[in-house]
Amino acid sequence: MDINRFTRLSDTAWKLEPTGPMRVPAIIYADADLLAEMDGKVGEQAANVAALPGIVGASYAMPDAHWGYGFPIGGVAAFDANEGGVVSAGGVGFDVSCGVRTLVTGLAREAAEAVKWDLADALFAAIPAGMGSTGAIRLDDRQMTDMLVGGAAWAVAEGYGEAADLERIEEHGEMAGAEPGAVSKQARKRQRKEMGTLGSGNHYLEVQRVVEVYDPDVAHAFDLVEGEIVVSIHCGSRGLGHQIGTEFLREMVVAAEGHGIHLPERELACAPIDSEVGQRYLGAMRSAINCALANRQILSHLTREVFADFFPGNHLRLLYDVSHNTCKTERHRVDGRERKLHVHRKGATRALRPGHPGLPEALRPVGQPVLVGGSMGTSSYVLVGTDSGERLSLQSACHGAGRAMSRHQATRQWRGRELVDELEERGILIRSPSLRGVAEEAPGAYKDVTRVVRATHDAGLARMVARVEPMICVKG
Amino acid sequence: MQTRPGESPDTSIPAPVLRWEHFPHEADMGVRGYGATLGEAFAAAATAMTAIVTDPAVIEAREHFTFDCADPDPELLLYDFLNVLVLEMAVEGRLFGRFRVRVEAGNLSAEAWGERVERLRHQPAVEIKGATFTQLAVWQTEQGPWVAQCVLDI
Repeated sequence: MDINRFTRLSDTAWKLEPTGPMRVPAIIYADADLLAEMDGKVGEQAANVAALPGIVGASYAMPDAHWGYGFPIGGVAAFDANEGGVVSAGGVGFDVSCGVRTLVTGLAREAAEAVKWDLADALFAAIPAGMGSTGAIRLDDRQMTDMLVGGAAWAVAEGYGEAADLERIEEHGEMAGAEPGAVSKQARKRQRKEMGTLGSGNHYLEVQRVVEVYDPDVAHAFDLVEGEIVVSIHCGSRGLGHQIGTEFLREMVVAAEGHGIHLPERELACAPIDSEVGQRYLGAMRSAINCALANRQILSHLTREVFADFFPGNHLRLLYDVSHNTCKTERHRVDGRERKLHVHRKGATRALRPGHPGLPEALRPVGQPVLVGGSMGTSSYVLVGTDSGERLSLQSACHGAGRAMSRHQATRQWRGRELVDELEERGILIRSPSLRGVAEEAPGAYKDVTRVVRATHDAGLARMVARVEPMICVKG
Repeated sequence: MQTRPGESPDTSIPAPVLRWEHFPHEADMGVRGYGATLGEAFAAAATAMTAIVTDPAVIEAREHFTFDCADPDPELLLYDFLNVLVLEMAVEGRLFGRFRVRVEAGNLSAEAWGERVERLRHQPAVEIKGATFTQLAVWQTEQGPWVAQCVLDI
């Protein structure tokens, strides 16, 4: 990316002044090197988002931003319905409510090391992963509707997990405003065998150890102890969300002209929030959020069952569950007044500030845990929301490492078997049904997550709390 | 989609020589198919999509499917065509190795041959979430052949 196009606001904030159809500026958070390394498409896409009707503040991109579909991945944008604001299926993405949850085990690293090989095999056997894998749960149409309304709360009521989990999930595990009637038969059909499955691509379940604590007070509040084991799960709304994305993207592309919306790229497909299709999409998308929350809840239950076999009496407590592909109705202070906004986060994590009423009591004094997944075999980070995040990015932060190289290039550069062996020598066990899938997810194909997290911290979007490293990675 | 299990492709008709390729996208993967006709280019793009998941040559023609789509815009038609296949792959765990597609005046009729995924034999690398509007394009080259391409979300 040509860094000279930007006005430097600080070492980690860069502004693209509005030109042409842009209604607001585009602001990218990154250090100079990360910005220079970003594909020029990121700036172009952030500028295109800035031209959409009803956008307020700015079109933001997080330090892990990369070339996406209409919106950059790592993009954040808020729209005001009272000013003709839009909701965009492309701005949420195909994997609605894809996200990460982390469970703390209270187990010392040594306890897990002693059984690492068997634990890896047991998790791989228990967690359906990869193309063609199916879950053990089959929902009839009525149960599917209940799941789409109830999310993780539905899963808990069905026996997957416990009530205490719910307060540690965004929206208390149950996204309001879901309209299962807006979810097509095809989307339901696609989900029929996929409840409690991990998926493929960059989705994973990792057993990790806490290797570094940066903020002892917040780490204490999060129950993160150096040397102890945590489990992180990264996946989303599975086939149901993918199908909703596919269908509404097309519908919004066709309807845009009728709504008087000029799309610089068709993948920016959007509709006025108050339009019939806009409202129907919100109802379907919120149902997909509930599907993702239920799915991660079921996967947590399966993980707990495996851990109970290896460590009788041990209890996995949910630290937090974040979604990073969503559009949520939130109140923010922009241009000096509080407004009700529809905030799109495409590959960006909500990062609620300390004291936010949406946080559970135990976390309210410190802020929201922000869970940032690294690439396979590298560190992941736990951060915490900041007061400055509201002013900077509508309380949003990065979501992962972000790809630096295409899957195509990765498969030319790495072999899956060699990667698995190499990581095993470093003490990281990979379990995956596909060696080619492993090659596509090679750590070298991603940006350095540490630089992304450091830039997020330095920019004031979220503060570093702890770093974890993988011991076992189940890949789809 | 109509299913006729067990029906093999009509071997009296030689399979078209399909030319396809993958092209890079930072997060995902692009597919590009070439053909003497629009239908052949669509079939080649579908083969390229299968090749993201597994080697198309490994897929046996144990089942035969037919389906139709219609749209006057050839790019929307490609989007719909690929997404019908994505849905079938996801819902029934099927893989398709050979396609025959006809497009006339915005009406597409497709045949696909394939089988259910066997994880050991097919070694599926990824599942495909959907065909997207990113770099979605259909055109005829000056030399005559058609090209059909788009990026798939993986």
